[in-house]
Amino acid sequence: MIGRLWAIAFNTFREAVRDRVLYNLILFALLIVGASVLFGQISLDINRIVLINLGLTAISMFGIVIAIFIGIGLVSKEIEKRTLYTVLAARPVRRWEFIAGKFLGLVMTLTVNALLMSVGFFAAVLYVSHGLGRGDLSLVTAIYFILLEFVLITALALLFSTFSTPIFSSIFAFAIFAVGTFAEDMRGFAQMAQGVTRWVMTGAAYLVPNFASLNVIGQVAHNTRIEPKLILLNTLYVFVYTTAVLTASVWIFERRNLK
Amino acid sequence: MTRDLRVQTCYALLLGALLTASTMLVRQVDRVRSDEPIQEVLYIPSPKVVKRLSLGYSGLLADIYWTRVVQYFGNKHKAKAKEYLILEPLLDMTTTLDPQLLPAYEFGSVFLAQKPPEGAGDPAAAARLVEKGIRENPQAWRLYYDLGYIYWLELKDPAKASNAFERGSKVAGAHPWMRVMAAALAAHAGETETAIYMWTNILNSTEDQDLRANALNRLRCLRVDSEVKTLQERVDLFTKQSGRLPSGWQELIGAGLLRGTPADPKGNHYRLVAGRVQVENPDLFPFITTGLPPGRALGDLPGEANFKVTKTKL
Amino acid sequence: MKQSGGLTSDIILARTMNAIEIQGLEKSYRTGFFKNKLKQGLLPLSLEVEEGEVFGYLGPNGAGKTTTLKLLLGLVFPSGGTAKILGRELGDIAVKRQIGFLPEQPYFYDHLTPLELLDYYARLSGVESRERRRKVERALARVGMSNSGKTQLRKFSKGMLQRVGIAQAIVHDPKLVLLDEPMSGLDPIGRREVRDLVQELNEEGKTIFFSTHILSDAETLCDRVAVLNKGELKGVGVVADLVREVSGEVEVVWNGAQAIAQLSALGARCHSTGDVVRAILPERSLDAALEILRKNQARLTSVTPVRATLEDYFLARIGETKPKEVNA
Repeated sequence: MIGRLWAIAFNTFREAVRDRVLYNLILFALLIVGASVLFGQISLDINRIVLINLGLTAISMFGIVIAIFIGIGLVSKEIEKRTLYTVLAARPVRRWEFIAGKFLGLVMTLTVNALLMSVGFFAAVLYVSHGLGRGDLSLVTAIYFILLEFVLITALALLFSTFSTPIFSSIFAFAIFAVGTFAEDMRGFAQMAQGVTRWVMTGAAYLVPNFASLNVIGQVAHNTRIEPKLILLNTLYVFVYTTAVLTASVWIFERRNLK
Repeated sequence: MTRDLRVQTCYALLLGALLTASTMLVRQVDRVRSDEPIQEVLYIPSPKVVKRLSLGYSGLLADIYWTRVVQYFGNKHKAKAKEYLILEPLLDMTTTLDPQLLPAYEFGSVFLAQKPPEGAGDPAAAARLVEKGIRENPQAWRLYYDLGYIYWLELKDPAKASNAFERGSKVAGAHPWMRVMAAALAAHAGETETAIYMWTNILNSTEDQDLRANALNRLRCLRVDSEVKTLQERVDLFTKQSGRLPSGWQELIGAGLLRGTPADPKGNHYRLVAGRVQVENPDLFPFITTGLPPGRALGDLPGEANFKVTKTKL
Repeated sequence: MKQSGGLTSDIILARTMNAIEIQGLEKSYRTGFFKNKLKQGLLPLSLEVEEGEVFGYLGPNGAGKTTTLKLLLGLVFPSGGTAKILGRELGDIAVKRQIGFLPEQPYFYDHLTPLELLDYYARLSGVESRERRRKVERALARVGMSNSGKTQLRKFSKGMLQRVGIAQAIVHDPKLVLLDEPMSGLDPIGRREVRDLVQELNEEGKTIFFSTHILSDAETLCDRVAVLNKGELKGVGVVADLVREVSGEVEVVWNGAQAIAQLSALGARCHSTGDVVRAILPERSLDAALEILRKNQARLTSVTPVRATLEDYFLARIGETKPKEVNA
């Protein structure tokens, strides 16, 4: 089983890499270098703040977009192109293994992507700040949270692609990402509402993926310390929620007639 | 097909359990994030920039900022904060994104002006905010009212206050009591009764929970002020008649000056300490100006309380 | 090739293991805007494929051939009925190590090379790592693609992809190979090679089940065939038997146009070129026809039985509304 999972995951990774996904790194590098050179003229403090905001947001945005577009293709494209048939039909591969393998492969791709970007990012921060300080540890936390975001959105994109066409899957995925970004505000809204609206709103606000709490970019740009408890809780949350989403994906996929 | 049903049930139960767990974790995360020293920084300080970034969805963004205002204030108020550094910028942001968001101006008019921990203690900022609201919404007569309140109660300027009420009373649909207030202020009528009148009207004309609670609080405090005054007069009378300070309420009851042990609106008995009437628990009445134990700051009712005990619905 | 006759009871017992056993398998879909119309993709089908045979699954497009394959392979779930593959029920995962499948118009991961692709599939099928390299290369060689092993698949033509498809179906040495339109996209040389390969595989003891609408291929390759139309099984049997059933005509060639009219009366179709007449008539009328020709002093050139093809059987079955079975 592990052998098969690894084979599918690695295959997914290889396919993504060769699909020139990683070329986005070049664009990112250009962006970062350009920004740090451009803002080199302004005062040191603002420069660092802008660089961190820009850099981390770019890492996050690029990754989310890649996650969605490749994630959608994980299942939808395979069904469309019928590559799925040769994998599932005549191999001792269980449907859930397929889902899990694809998921792991994409997470691998995104992690590599993010790590490479981080190297460039830290290089730029070093250049701008002329050295690393203690505040830079929180940058690592921010990147870790971004990775957690990737895991969440990948699982969701995968879920949508098990039952929907590529176009709708992408739309759903972007939409749920947008909604999840405001999850904390949704919970605030819910508290101020009454009656049925309150119940519905509360339910939605808790079930929506909690991207809001994973975004600490603003805080680390201003050198605020991140509570260790938050790191633990966010990790647990992403783990549990992702498992739920993957369970749903497997549930749907197992019952699907692959015409 | 029972095997199939069992499988489906397993999936459903597993999914349910996981989602429940994730909900509980979200609650924990929220708790940790709200415990964090509340950020006194707006990450994008310029409202114009935010408006441009909102890509036309400024109304929605305004609502989001509005919830943040309420959360920010609520959290800090609970913690009895001494300052609310970003309340004004947050409100400014909200009203720039949606200039017609009247509740924001009303919220700001009260909670920017009042002294901490009941507010930010910056009445000038409150006035600025409400003036902005009036510029954007000249037909919103209530805003003139809010402005008048700020000038009278917080900035101690009855002339400007009267002027505000006057302007407001001219707007179509304005409540008739606007003119009454204008007149009363112009004539420097009894301020306590004006204050009671005003807070009662606020209480009856707003749905906002925070504003209502605040108004009730103010009314209670006004009642305490008047009750303490009455009681103090009775105590002074007793002292004059008997030549000594009373040791407790029983003596006054015995002298026919009281019918029973007096209690404040929260149900606690008033205390009589060395001939001075005091409230049992001053923290319950943050706006009172009399009856405070020695060493406590005064409230902010201007002028001399020329009172009349009036019945108010509490 | 299959042997026949004179078997001892022991060997008969070994031989009765069916590679595929289908019992009443059916599939219906809900169609229509409100999903209220029921469409039968496959009517209850019962079929057996013996181990070691080459079985052809024939039918026009849309007959339900691919549906049957997908049902067998667990890609689609049946609305009714059961099936067994190599003795195991549908849904059994382990038995898949013994199956190879080539889907119709296959498509593969664009950016892989055949070597990588086959290695991937071999891994998934559980081929041991020490054997993998060897088996992959062997499979590629068998389909004639050894030279293109390191080129990315997106550069391949349809025919080349088809060969790679066959390669992935056999790389793990399965006992049963299922091919959906294996000849599609191949030129005559390619088709010949595939035919040879199928025979080779069969000689190794593998059971081959393939669907096609190219009947001449089926005729030469298959031990038995089944004909499917509009989701319904129309006929099953040994090719020779089926063909024999449909023929029954003779061709008579002679010189002398005199007898045409009389022969036509017997139901002959005549065609004359100059003095030479060719007539096709039912076998049973042969004696009467020869008598007529003798009387007319026609010079008889040849009498040949008309060989029916599988196509005739096929078209006959398709035309019928009721299924017909010849000793299966």
